[in-house]
Amino acid sequence: MIRLRLLLLLLVSLLSLHLGAQTRVSGILTNKAGKPVPGASIGMKGSYDGATSDSTGRYLFDTEEKGNQVLTVSCIGYQPFEKSIELSGSSLVLNISLRELASELKAVVVTAGSFEASDTKRTTVLNSIDVVTTASANADITAAIKTLPGTQQVGEKEGLFIRGGSGEEAKVFIDGTLVNNYFYSAVPNISQRGRFSPFLFKGTVFSSGGYSALYGQALSGALILETIDMPEQSQASLGVSSVGLSAGYQQLNKKKTFSWGGSYSYTNLLPYFALVKQRVDYFKVPAYQDADANFRWKTSKTGMLKFYGTFQANRLGLRSADIDSAALKDAFALKNHNIYGNLSWREKLNDDWRLFIGSSFSTNRDDINNEIQNQQNQPQHIAVLPWKVKAFNALSKGSLSQVKTVLERKFAGLTSIRFGAEYLYYHDDITYNDTLLRHNIINDHFKAAFAEADIYVTNNLAAKIGTRLEHSSLLNKANWVPRVSLAYRLGKLGQASLAYGIFYQKPEKTQLIIDPNLNYTRASHFIANFQKVTATRTLRLEAFYKKYEDLVKTYPTMNNNGYGYAKGVELFWRDKKTVKNVDYWISYSFLDTKRDYLNYPYALTPNFAATHTASLVVKRFITNWKTQINGSYSFATGRPYYGMRYDAGSAKYEMFDQGRTPSFNNLSISVNYLPTIGKKDSKTFVVWVLSVNNVLNQKQLYNYSYSYNGLIKQPVQPPANQFFFIGCFLSFGVDRTQDVINSNL
Amino acid sequence: MKKTVLFFAFGLLALSGFAQSAKYDAAMQAQIAKLATAHTDNSYPALANSFERIGDAEKTQWLPYYYAAYATVMGAFMEKDPSKVDAVADKAETLINKAESLAGSPNSELYVVKSMIATAHLQVDPQSRWQQYGQVSAENIAKAKQADPTNPRPVYLEAQSSFFTPEAFGGGKKVAKPIFEKALAMFPAFKPAGALYPTWGKEATEYFLSQCQ
Repeated sequence: MIRLRLLLLLLVSLLSLHLGAQTRVSGILTNKAGKPVPGASIGMKGSYDGATSDSTGRYLFDTEEKGNQVLTVSCIGYQPFEKSIELSGSSLVLNISLRELASELKAVVVTAGSFEASDTKRTTVLNSIDVVTTASANADITAAIKTLPGTQQVGEKEGLFIRGGSGEEAKVFIDGTLVNNYFYSAVPNISQRGRFSPFLFKGTVFSSGGYSALYGQALSGALILETIDMPEQSQASLGVSSVGLSAGYQQLNKKKTFSWGGSYSYTNLLPYFALVKQRVDYFKVPAYQDADANFRWKTSKTGMLKFYGTFQANRLGLRSADIDSAALKDAFALKNHNIYGNLSWREKLNDDWRLFIGSSFSTNRDDINNEIQNQQNQPQHIAVLPWKVKAFNALSKGSLSQVKTVLERKFAGLTSIRFGAEYLYYHDDITYNDTLLRHNIINDHFKAAFAEADIYVTNNLAAKIGTRLEHSSLLNKANWVPRVSLAYRLGKLGQASLAYGIFYQKPEKTQLIIDPNLNYTRASHFIANFQKVTATRTLRLEAFYKKYEDLVKTYPTMNNNGYGYAKGVELFWRDKKTVKNVDYWISYSFLDTKRDYLNYPYALTPNFAATHTASLVVKRFITNWKTQINGSYSFATGRPYYGMRYDAGSAKYEMFDQGRTPSFNNLSISVNYLPTIGKKDSKTFVVWVLSVNNVLNQKQLYNYSYSYNGLIKQPVQPPANQFFFIGCFLSFGVDRTQDVINSNL
Repeated sequence: MKKTVLFFAFGLLALSGFAQSAKYDAAMQAQIAKLATAHTDNSYPALANSFERIGDAEKTQWLPYYYAAYATVMGAFMEKDPSKVDAVADKAETLINKAESLAGSPNSELYVVKSMIATAHLQVDPQSRWQQYGQVSAENIAKAKQADPTNPRPVYLEAQSSFFTPEAFGGGKKVAKPIFEKALAMFPAFKPAGALYPTWGKEATEYFLSQCQ
């Protein structure tokens, strides 16, 4: 009993000893700008004692600790703070200034010129789901990109026509390496789709100028695509549509460390063309066979090895009236084979170093035959101009093999450097036969080295400084360029950026065949950008000036004396907030450009450049109907067109006619119906897609073509005003209900 | 004499150990009690800080970090500025990872908080984030149920998810109600592994059930 009392006494005295030595610690927490920091945790290291700062940054607590102790302060978004203090029982007042943490969420991002849109980045502008739900795009990535500012509504030729640049001046990269034949092979006056499905990619960076030193050989812009890592689940899929059939399978192992899969699709436009009349006569209806295979392997916790390969075979033949004679027809036939493979590996070597190795191989074969036919569709051989050069055979075989390595070193904060090198081997074998047979083989060993640094001066000021050195064995010339951009944060969400860079591009292979002594073409970009981004709204304003030098002229001789400029202002606004369940974006581009290149007699606004271009894209999910409705409207003012004829006297092309096409309008609507949503036990996920391009059946006229003598002028129009699509896509074995529901919460 | 000294020394040692554990229990109980009313004045961030300090001082206990993560993610749900939510949810994730490494292996309660963290990220921009976070949230609910079929909290989260899902998608109050009822019935039967182990969720389940009428 006594012992127990003693014990109690001891306990109480021990406790009181603690209580007697309490020290009160208080103060105010501020950031470097002197503003209060609320919600921070202040405490004594190794003890429970502490407090949380209030909305005015004040804190107060009592501690039983004594002697030499360490005060710690931690707060989301700030660097942790520690200080040794002496606790003696008398009150302490400690006002502390905290340093903001350099974090990707808070720091400025260098964005001038580029639209970053990945599913992994939390603030996105346009992701893969956006691509497939953009009404005018028909699930084609570049068609969706055409609703962003800086791009032209060119419908007679594939490619992205960016800021006064031609389609050839924009390049596409998949997992770091250049894609040589991104689009299906060109057909006269009909733009072709991209060969790659948007579902392959998790991230899209669309740069309309001033892009990173890691990429090159594109005068105006780059579309940088990053393939997905692991699929979400194993699944089989099947699709039936008005233009074809598709099937696919994807297997993911239990540990989610390895997956493999493949798919096959067959597209044939015969039934569609039977229903919807086309302006041109297809004697071989377009038919496409696409097969692909992939595997993805998590080689370690941080390592990822990915392979994607595709084989495509397609053909088409079309007949149209010959512009030089009412009695004749032009018959164009194309057979295309394309193989593409991409293997890449990335690994975090340690806390500081990351390694990326990418490689790709592609081979493309275009077999083109153009005939002059009579009204009975029989081939005619006419040995006079212009018909004698209109009948031709062309066999173009091209391959590109490349490897690229990038090493990245991370430093404190967000500062990092990247450097690496790439090697590309181009091999082209072109046979062309009209009146005489020409056979050319051109090889180019192209090497580049690059380095780039992301420097964060403060959280509010960042710079991206890069440089690139390139050498082409074919041109036997090297070039060296700087790329610089700066970003400065204005207030909470806004930021301003500036970008400058020089970009070189090889002349086209068809030009190099004629004159291998041509030099690089060159463009300099100057970009100023303002943007304000929240989770639900994006506002971007951008102004640019672009200077073209050394463009290729084809008359009177092949030379590099071409030049030009482009300047403009662009606006982008995306809003998911104002109207409930509605997501919309608006783009507007103003463009002023002139160039003297190819056969132009003097500097002209090229026929692919409209002064004003605007797009409105709207998406709305109607819950009760289990239906998403998407609409888009694109508008462009008329583009210039030119009638030019070679004049032997001046050895130049002379202008004999010019004008402007009517303005371009396109309203498209698509509807996605998801009937299995909410059926909890359903193992089949169904999506119905219905889309109509050019709902109002507005006349679209892209350009004019002229007869050889210049007397006849024919409009260049799409093969049909409208395009209708209906399809049903099923995936089995996976309940995706939860995903779809969550997307509409 | 020697024996007495030895006895005294051992006794003191035992006492100090007991005092430390009593202090831990008392501090934890006090903070856990405050969690019940934290939604009224959003004192979640302050509670999260308190739990984290206890965790940092104790070094070997997973429950303080568990509660710190729970209070942090609750704070994320109450955050009105969506641009701040991600950083808060990231903080909750760091804390739950600390809890998991101290617990040695994942358990049902850890999965529950992980599901909530994913939901917090998802709610910032549901349309573009469902692919990534919707699945993570659902997966963790499933894992929580699997790890402990008697735990009512994953059932409560599942019911809540149905509650906020439109009827056309197979959700709504009618669908949610029986799941809430199931969760409610599980609460009295649920036996926490210790005095400080999580028991939260009953009041919220009752509240949602009243909204289902």
